[in-house]
Amino acid sequence: MKTIIYLFIGIFFGITLYMSEVSSWFRIYEMFQFNSFHMYGVIGSAVFFGAIFTFLIKKLKIKSVFDQTLISLTDKEKGWKRYLIGGIIFGCGWAISGACPGPMFSLLGAGFMPIALVIASATLGTFFYGLIRSKLPH
Amino acid sequence: MLEFLTQPWPWYFGGAMIAIVLFLLLWTGKTFGMSSNLRTLCSMMGAGKKASFFQFDWKAQGWNLVVSLGVVIGGFIASNFIASTNAVAISTETVDQLVALGFEDAGKSFAPKLLFSNNAFSDPYVLLLLILGGFLVGFGARYAGGCTSGHAISGLTNFQLPSFIAVIGFFIGGLFVNHFIIPFLF
Repeated sequence: MKTIIYLFIGIFFGITLYMSEVSSWFRIYEMFQFNSFHMYGVIGSAVFFGAIFTFLIKKLKIKSVFDQTLISLTDKEKGWKRYLIGGIIFGCGWAISGACPGPMFSLLGAGFMPIALVIASATLGTFFYGLIRSKLPH
Repeated sequence: MLEFLTQPWPWYFGGAMIAIVLFLLLWTGKTFGMSSNLRTLCSMMGAGKKASFFQFDWKAQGWNLVVSLGVVIGGFIASNFIASTNAVAISTETVDQLVALGFEDAGKSFAPKLLFSNNAFSDPYVLLLLILGGFLVGFGARYAGGCTSGHAISGLTNFQLPSFIAVIGFFIGGLFVNHFIIPFLF
């Protein structure tokens, strides 16, 4: 039952990523060129509505739908190095592939087969991070 | 209504739907973050033998793999049964720039044929670009502890300073490559 629910949430997300054109390489290119408000609008409104939901979850002490425990949002670890350096590396890849991890999966479903290679190399990149993690500043 | 849904969604509608995805995952006691799945995949394939970073109970992350499977299905449904057009209405300035760079289908297709048609498989240079792009996304996302969903959406909506720093990083890297490297790549 729970599996079906997560599958449907994913399907809904995949449709959203395609229909709002967030999965399009063209939109990512255009975003970095500041030639359109579209991507900033999508991310901005997602953050706006998401912040309202997050605020209400905390304010109204909304409980998790499955086990009735209080929904707790964990804070990210403090620091800046890993976020800045990791973020810059991520951004470099994002500008080339035009896809971040969510859109990669929706492009695969949409039939753009070369994205399978991007997903595979992103997995490899994650593996490489795990290997050299202790040598990196965090 | 139906016509509204089959046309490319306006930014405010797309943004609101992403926020609903965030809410649904929080409400079911989970978090919104897609790049974690790549770590789970590594762990599933036995990466724990090579690095302790992958030694965790990956089965507990099964729900998120199911979400990403759903995203694949969602992309299939949207492109085949919902979208009335595959053209992405990017601005005419962007179209002109991209046509000059060799992206002849800019403004006409969903993803550039140059990178994402099956011809890419027979072009070693394009394959190299895809591998490089993917590798940096996967490495950077895990180093930064999240991607666009984990930091730009989950983190920013919870007013996390680390996520704000990560998003600034995303744009420093993205703007640099977009403006100074892409013109040399194509």
